[in-house]
Order: sequence, then structure tokens, then C-alpha cells
Amino acid sequence: MQVNNDTEKDYKPLIVAFCCNWCSYAGADLAGNNRLSYPADVKIIRVPCSGRLNPLFVLRAFQRGADGVIICGCHPGDCHYTTGNYYTRRRMALLFSMLDYLGIERERTKVAWISAAEGQRFAETMNEFTSQVASLGKNKRLEDLRCKN
Amino acid sequence: MQKLTRGELVRKAEELLDNGEVKHVLGWRAGEFDYDLTPSVFDTKDDIEANFRFDDFCGPNFSKYLVKKTRELEGKILVFLKPCDTYSFNELLTEHRFDREKVYVVGIECSGMADIFKIKEIAGEGISKIEPDGEYLSVASLYDDEPVKIKASDVLEERCINCKSKKHVVYDELLGEEGEEQDSGRFEEVEKLEKMTSEERFGFWKKELSRCIRCNACRDVCPACTCEKCVFDNPDSGTQNKSPATTFEEQNFHIIRAYHVAGRCTDCGECSRVCPQRIPLHLLNRKFIKDIDSFYGDYQAGQEAGQRNPLIDYTQNDIDPSEIFGGAK
Repeated sequence: MQVNNDTEKDYKPLIVAFCCNWCSYAGADLAGNNRLSYPADVKIIRVPCSGRLNPLFVLRAFQRGADGVIICGCHPGDCHYTTGNYYTRRRMALLFSMLDYLGIERERTKVAWISAAEGQRFAETMNEFTSQVASLGKNKRLEDLRCKN
Repeated sequence: MQKLTRGELVRKAEELLDNGEVKHVLGWRAGEFDYDLTPSVFDTKDDIEANFRFDDFCGPNFSKYLVKKTRELEGKILVFLKPCDTYSFNELLTEHRFDREKVYVVGIECSGMADIFKIKEIAGEGISKIEPDGEYLSVASLYDDEPVKIKASDVLEERCINCKSKKHVVYDELLGEEGEEQDSGRFEEVEKLEKMTSEERFGFWKKELSRCIRCNACRDVCPACTCEKCVFDNPDSGTQNKSPATTFEEQNFHIIRAYHVAGRCTDCGECSRVCPQRIPLHLLNRKFIKDIDSFYGDYQAGQEAGQRNPLIDYTQNDIDPSEIFGGAK
């Protein structure tokens, strides 16, 4: 199905969700198994750990036309690799602060801690985040025109 | 106006060359203009006598040069470091970028360096000669018959107005007097920006960053940027050197550049000094420093060799990113 993002009327935000293989990705699975619905605008990218995230990935997602980026990892203390999400927490704190400082809407970025047992929470978080980004409209402040089409 | 004179530095360099302590001297060589000095290696006393310079335009931070020079050259290198340069020196030592044994550090007292852009604003273009004259700089230009007198303290570089420390954190020997850490207002401008609305901040940065010509001078001069292979040179990274055709390109570059040195930036101010477009790049670096200070406790990169950078560290109760805002809404 072709999603037409161009007209204001059928505007649907494009959300990129980086999900940790050990928790949030399984959480998304559980949401599916339980027939919980969350917007199809959320595109999930599986990563081995939220610590795998290079801050550049977030920028690249925006560059390629994402309207919001959400990073889902294990609850602090529950990392499969013991400490991965602690580092992510610091990295993303600084990155989000910097993006906000440069005037890129703070609401377009989010970190959520979702375990494999929290299918409900996964669906809720995605619904909430999608409507939050949708209310901001298209990402114009951090998009690369050359990456259109 | 520097309290320390060229003569004292030259004498020290010659003395150390003579007694065999060092083989090379890293210093400032006279360039094409009085305000344009080139970092350079001196091997002989004659060369030092003829071309060594020390005045208000000795901005360049030599710490980064040591990474390459200690590998290229045989024997010990004498390096002159201003207080702010010593922080970068320590930071590079922390990262094991060069061998401490191969360097002899002479800390020099610094009274603040002059900003040629500010001088040009007053004296105009075509500056042919700049001579120190007490507290003043006597600036002669092609188009004026009489030299213009400018008070040196009026044309200080931004980083020197907001000098964070006049104390050397590392040296083998000291020339001039040791100073103290300063109570600087270096975060004031960052705070001012934080108080703006999101819209205003975006406008501010768009205006500033749109001047960027992607010359990469800020990256090349940065003592924290010493990767052998840089992400901006990698054609597969999506961030390789492109013409700054869109606002994204400029923002992307500057966010990445500042982020790469977050936690390692000593706030030496070299990036803003070399920017030909006068973009206030230090405001990006200082934002990271301010954030790190407020989230994870005060941290000055380069204060001591061997410190642990806050970005490769954590505590169990760190602040959550969802509670963080980079400024007002």
C-alpha cells in the first residue's frame, strides 16, 4: 500500500522505533499476540540492544524523512548485557537536549523502557507517541531535501 | 598585550636545544601577515632566532600537533602551552594519543589573545602591520596614513574574555607567573539561548549555521578530533563532505561534530577561533558541557590525565531522557 504523506488531509506521521531485541521487540510481539492495536505508521527496527544505537542513527532517520524517533530498551537494571541501556540513557539525554537546543521539537524524540512482558504498555506508548508527533505535523526542521523520493 | 616576551621563550628554547634536552621545538612561525602565525617545528637555533614569534596572535593550540609530530620526529619535542592548551594536552594523554616521554612541556603565562576579526572591524581591511605598544596595538593599514591604536583588551577573543582558567594543569617547566582558575561567565550565552522559545532557537541556529561552508576547519583544528578516519570522510556514512545545500546538512554536521567531542571537549575554543564564517561553535560545545555538569556532576575534561569521561560511565540513578529539555518550549 502506498502511503501518501503529501497532503495535509491524509497526513500520517512516519515514526521510526528502534526496539531492543530482548525486550521491546518481544513486547511488540506480545502486543500483536494479544490483538492490541497500535498505528501502522510505526516502523520498527530491531537492534541487539538499545546500546547499539549510534546517535547518528537518530539523525539519519530524521534525514530520511521520519517525523518522530522512539527508542525502546529494557528497563534500567534489566539489560540483557547488564549495562547497555545505562549508556544509551546518557547518550540520548545529551542528544535530545542538543536537538531541543537547536530548536528541533523535543516531542519528536522519546526513550521508553518496555519489557518483553509489557505488550499493553508497548501499544499504549506507540499510540501516545504517534498522536503526539501527529499533532506537531511534518518534520521540516531536520529533513534533508536531497533524500526526498 | 602579553606579559611574557618573545625573548624569554626564545632563550628557553635555545637553552633546551643546547643542553640536548630536546631535539625539536614546536612554536609559532611568522606567516605572511603579522596576525597570521603558523604552527611549525623548529630544529635549529638560527631558525628560531629568525622566525619564531610570540605575541597577541599566538592562538593555535599545539596539543593536537603532538599526535603526529611525536610519531614523525626522532627525539624529544619542546612544546609551549598556554593554560587552556594544557587541558587538551591532558585529555589527549588520557586517550593515549601520544607518548608523554617524548614531550617537554613549557607552560607559558597567557594574557589573552587578540581576535583579528574584531581588529578588522575597527581598523578595516588591508592591515599591513600590527605592533604591540604598551597596552595598545598599533595597527597600520594600506588605506590609512596613521596607524590606528586599539586597546588590546577591547579585541580579545571570545574564549579569552570568558577564560576558564589561567592555571596550567600540566607542565615540566613554567615561564611567567602561574594564574588561578577563573570565575568565567562562559555559560551565560547558552543560558540566554535556552530561555528563547523553540522557534526562536531554530531561527537563531538557522541563521548562524547557514553561513557554514563546510570547510571542516573546526574539525581539523579540534584537539579532541584526532580519529585516524573521520565519519565525515566516509562516503558510506551519509554524512560525508557535501556542499551545505540544505539546512539539514549544516545542522547535521554541527550536531555530529559537537557530539563526537562531548565529554572530551575542554572548551579550548579553537573551533570558533578558526571558523572563517565566525559561527559561534563554542555555544554547541558549551551546551554539552553545561548539560554534563548539571546531569552528571561537574566535570572538566583534561583537568587530570586518566579521568573517566561521563559518556563512557553511568550510575544507576541517572536522569531519564524523558525529563530532559534543552531549553524553554
